[in-house]
Amino acid sequence: MTANTAKGTGAGTGASGAAKATGAGRAAGAVGPAGPPDGAGAHVSLQNLSRFFGAVRALDGLNLEIEPGELVALLGPSGCGKTTALRILAGFESADRGSVLVDGRDMSAVPAARRDMGMVFQSYSLFPNMSALDNVAFGLRMRKKSADQRRSQATELLEMVGLADQARQYPHQLSGGQQQRVALARALAIEPSVLLLDEPLSALDAKVRVQLREQIRSLQQRLHTTTLFVTHDQEEALSMADRVGVMRDGRLEQVAAPSELYARPATAFVAEFVGTMNRIPGELEADGRVRVLGATLPIKGERPGEPSGLMDVLVRPEDLHLAAVQAGSGIVTIATFLGSLSRISVLLSGDITVQVDVPSAEAPAPGTPVEVTMGNTPVLVTTRH
Amino acid sequence: MAAVDTIAAGEPAAGPAQGRPRRGAGRRDGFTPWRWLILVLAGVYFLIPLYAALRFAGWGSFGSVIHQSGFTDALGLSVRLAVITTVITLALMLPTAVYVHLRLPRLRRLLEGITILPIVIPPVVLIVGLLQVAPGFLKGTSYLLALEYVVLAMPFAYRSIDAGLRSFDLKTLVEASNSLGAGWSSTLRRVVLPNLTTALLSATVLTVALVLGEYTMASLDLYQTFPVWIVVFDQTSGPISVAASLLALFVTWLFLLAITMLGGRQARRTGGGEVALFSVARRDTGRTS
Repeated sequence: MTANTAKGTGAGTGASGAAKATGAGRAAGAVGPAGPPDGAGAHVSLQNLSRFFGAVRALDGLNLEIEPGELVALLGPSGCGKTTALRILAGFESADRGSVLVDGRDMSAVPAARRDMGMVFQSYSLFPNMSALDNVAFGLRMRKKSADQRRSQATELLEMVGLADQARQYPHQLSGGQQQRVALARALAIEPSVLLLDEPLSALDAKVRVQLREQIRSLQQRLHTTTLFVTHDQEEALSMADRVGVMRDGRLEQVAAPSELYARPATAFVAEFVGTMNRIPGELEADGRVRVLGATLPIKGERPGEPSGLMDVLVRPEDLHLAAVQAGSGIVTIATFLGSLSRISVLLSGDITVQVDVPSAEAPAPGTPVEVTMGNTPVLVTTRH
Repeated sequence: MAAVDTIAAGEPAAGPAQGRPRRGAGRRDGFTPWRWLILVLAGVYFLIPLYAALRFAGWGSFGSVIHQSGFTDALGLSVRLAVITTVITLALMLPTAVYVHLRLPRLRRLLEGITILPIVIPPVVLIVGLLQVAPGFLKGTSYLLALEYVVLAMPFAYRSIDAGLRSFDLKTLVEASNSLGAGWSSTLRRVVLPNLTTALLSATVLTVALVLGEYTMASLDLYQTFPVWIVVFDQTSGPISVAASLLALFVTWLFLLAITMLGGRQARRTGGGEVALFSVARRDTGRTS
């Protein structure tokens, strides 16, 4: 592995603080200090990447910086270009424009086999003709390590992912989750400068998915490997990443820490893609504020194109308030119990349904007439559907 | 055999290993008398001619077959042709099929169409065509006939290899291998070929069987291959020629059986498909496309 200088102290992401490091220590505690030494991840810079497939624009001037040791998730609907970006970084595709820099070095002319990037694929990618151990040792073999070294390093990696007992098993004898853990060990065995995860959890069932995502995150933090993670699952992205980049039509709409992304989405697309969002009709006033649900509120984020007129206002369920009023304009249709909170669907006049989160103790029963109000905070608006 | 999971995390062994139905389970229940009847009828249909041939030839003929003039030469020529044809066919078809699968998947249909042509076009046309274009130094050598056989074997060999390549996620495996630092030759040698052994064996079986049994082209081109020798010798001694045919049949059978068992053992170890004569059974992995 190349000797990098940065040791991740200046990862520049407020989110990856001490709290998460503790979490990593706890999750990896069973392994002990015998794991590979803390390397320093590489700095990745994607600059103005564009890629066309015929007339389809898969990437349209993508810019992204990944700090050493950081895990950045690219999140977006299918066809938004996130996988293309990852494959260009891996060296499996080439960009029509733009460049890929790793620690300041231009990678355009470097073939995939020499990029020193570990990758975990969406589909099961273990070599069927090799045991789990040989799969993990494959990259070491390509690096001309001795047989003893390969075996001991691969065994160590398998221990790290909790599969030491399965070392002699062939891929078809392993479950889907086990296969992906072996694939992760295999990718990490080469001590990659960058770890690439291409929807590695999407083929697994829900329970395994959650376990594996915690394991990936704790390993990544422990090894301090710069990681690009591509997913269409917002829960995965928000729970694992230091920063999440939301992509749409080959561009990044916003790159921010998960909490920031949720609380302060830069665009209506991000707002609606991340978390649950209500669309409530409102009217733009001449003074630049918007009138909605009887209140007049300031606007944040993107300004709508037109100076006035009918707009949709975007509000999260927790930012709406409910009051049971006999003469209320809405009526509760469904109350979904979520634990401490309940999500209430309210049918308003004009056939609009909004969702409101309330403490479960105060949840009104279906059929209750209610009044829906909102606080006085600035809201996002978007053109009406 | 569902994977045993003993790790601390306690992840349930879900996934492809468990979802797979156990081989043979519940199948034996349906083995009704009807099936026995069909089996017996088919067996009688195939075995009676063999038995009749055996009776006609008599045990004594088998011993004298190898002492007949021309036998060794004819058999030698056929074996040599089988080897040359198989080597050329695999050397041509394997890289082509791999390349098309990886880089030009849209041409797969076209290639399928092209490779089936030798079945559609009558052998005589192929021979005349080949004789027209074959360079002079090849004429009269066994390589010329081998080239004709390569054309004949193409549909079978291509189909076997194509089915083998489809039985696993070639693109992902190649990319995984590349990302781990393996160049093209390492990837082919350590990843692609080991997973194609079944398909390559299948292609070999078909090619060898075709060469050992081909009569038309060899006799039209005036080569005395083993099948041609049998026909010619038939005019001298019926029983011995029949004994030779039976011998050829059994040797080919043994050969096919050996290859099939070899492939089966490999497949059981890695969970791959087993050798079938016309295709390779799909590998049962949870691939997504």
